[in-house]
Amino acid sequence: MTTTTATSPVRTRQNPNWVAKRRWRNFTAIAAITFFGAVILLAFLMPLGYLFLTSVKDLQQIQDVNAPFLPSRPVTYNYQGTDYPLMEIPSDGTIKQWALVEKYRENSKFIDPQNLGAGLIDWQGKWRTLKPVYRVELYTGNFAAANDAINIGRLLRNTFIIAALGTIGTVIASTFVAYGFTRFKIPGKNAIFIILMATIILPSQVTLIPTYVFFRAIGWGGTWWPLIVPHFFSNAYNVFLLRQYFLSIPKDLDEAAWIDGASPFRTLISVIIPQAWPALTAVAMFHFFFAWNDFFAPLVYLAGKEELYPIAVGFTQFNNAYGSQPGQLMAATLMAIAIPVIIFFLAQRQFMQGIVVTGVDK
Amino acid sequence: MTAIAQPARPASPPQKKPRYTKLEKREIKWGLIFISPWIIGFFLFTVFPMIASFVFSVTQFDLLQPKDFHFVGLSNYIRLFNDPQVMKSLLITLRFALFSVPIAIFVPLGLALLVNAKYLFGKNVFRALFFMPQMITAVAIVVVFGGVLNSQSGWFNRILGVFGIQGPNWFQDENWVVPAMALMTIWIVGNTMLTMLAGLQNVPTELYEAGRVDGASPWRSFWNITVPMISPIIFYNLILAFIGSLQYFVGAYIIGNGRGDPNGSTMFYNMYLYKTAFTFQDMPYGATLAWVLFFIGLILMIILFKVQNRWVYYAGGDKS
Repeated sequence: MTTTTATSPVRTRQNPNWVAKRRWRNFTAIAAITFFGAVILLAFLMPLGYLFLTSVKDLQQIQDVNAPFLPSRPVTYNYQGTDYPLMEIPSDGTIKQWALVEKYRENSKFIDPQNLGAGLIDWQGKWRTLKPVYRVELYTGNFAAANDAINIGRLLRNTFIIAALGTIGTVIASTFVAYGFTRFKIPGKNAIFIILMATIILPSQVTLIPTYVFFRAIGWGGTWWPLIVPHFFSNAYNVFLLRQYFLSIPKDLDEAAWIDGASPFRTLISVIIPQAWPALTAVAMFHFFFAWNDFFAPLVYLAGKEELYPIAVGFTQFNNAYGSQPGQLMAATLMAIAIPVIIFFLAQRQFMQGIVVTGVDK
Repeated sequence: MTAIAQPARPASPPQKKPRYTKLEKREIKWGLIFISPWIIGFFLFTVFPMIASFVFSVTQFDLLQPKDFHFVGLSNYIRLFNDPQVMKSLLITLRFALFSVPIAIFVPLGLALLVNAKYLFGKNVFRALFFMPQMITAVAIVVVFGGVLNSQSGWFNRILGVFGIQGPNWFQDENWVVPAMALMTIWIVGNTMLTMLAGLQNVPTELYEAGRVDGASPWRSFWNITVPMISPIIFYNLILAFIGSLQYFVGAYIIGNGRGDPNGSTMFYNMYLYKTAFTFQDMPYGATLAWVLFFIGLILMIILFKVQNRWVYYAGGDKS
């Protein structure tokens, strides 16, 4: 597209008719692709819809196979002190809503709420073939029940402390290491960097057991330390991301600072960091989300210490104990994912930028 | 590693030109100080544990009585080769990889093409929403899909029912439970999608223009321009996908209740390792399993790196 507008002879030859035609073609292409994308997105997010809707249904609503898509409940009509189910009855091309009072196999007795004077109406046909009337009704009890069962407040607090401390550690350490890799001539630097990157593809199982034994031996089994302290030694993903970003910062300023006698440490703080906020934010969020969602490490290190569980492990206990309560389980899930998802949407632009930076050179 | 140790040595014969100038030495010193957190961490949490893991695998001991520690040679490895569960678990893991690795490549690639399309309206909204499930803990994803794929109340089978297809009993059926777990990974494609998107945006537009001049169809220019140009990124993600599937755990723990339900069909390798090491506290045998997993991963990596010459194209000319 850019080539046609850039060269002037082509542009002068365009007649209005042709421009209009092209614009129309663009419009249909946009409509078609966007519609296609929306359909895929809808299918992709379908489980999320299930999560939301199930969390506001009670057990009866979930198990009702005839129930419509939205959380609903069959409507009843109170007639002479008793509740009777309201049914949809087709008659003369319209649908009437009558309450089913007496059920028999071949014919049943109904009452028409609109016309009580008519008394019980005898209807010929099998009542089981009729559709009940549903009304949309949200059930909010799941959230309170889930909270009672697993103490969401405590789980969130635990998760937040673990995630926040680890984030502080990894941001500081990864900044140092990335700074070392980008601004200093160290012999064998490239080889060291390749080793660093290779740790990404090392299956963590091979280091898991001795690390576990080690942490237990120094008395850190059943504490948060194994979940926090290792991040104070940086990790390959974050170092790589920051390194990519630091490389894009011109060296002139930090060389000027060096010449002025600033120590490398001082240079990092007052020259590099102020220019690297987007990448630092991305790393901080990466780690925060990682820690929030981490499952295996807390499962192993906090085994049996229920009061220390972060949310990812905490609500699994819920899954085991309340597997027969999908509504409560989904309510708990919703509470577990709400905070990362909200933070993600608030900081979405910066976060995705951060990943794209990582993606570039790899 | 020897490379880092060298500069610390005093410059040999002083009459000769020193290997590094004073300024260079200062730079090396500061550089090493700054990267030291990673180097210390690398030894503390990677090198030593790997060695220890190997040492564990040739010993026999009980965590509760660590003094009773003796070498048993290769008997743990012999036990492993005679353990029928190991082969079974490997096959389950392999079967999972056969389903999940294609998902981990083709789904994000398709989504990246979609959110990169010139004619898509609201690109950023699409990108954010396709990425979003990546923010959800794997446990929650398993739980949510557990509901969606529930054979009675789940939506998936109901939708299939609309088209007249009787959906399987995903989690109760030995044959369907592993594909169902692979299906769940469809939600964890955000990172891969974004790296592929970055790759797509880095393909020089001149290539497409040249293709158009030569009369290449969009399909052809996709296969002959886009795919080769982003093949390094596909390769990188392929490696991560294989490593990820070798280590698959969460679904086995939650859907399979950690027991391999139904009927041992979800006893993934990593699940078996977890059970051995942490449920039965058999650390030596767990370490043996871990080392064998490491070797399998290593062999897989070597194969992938060898085969990459045939299809991965490095525009810069260097093969890293």
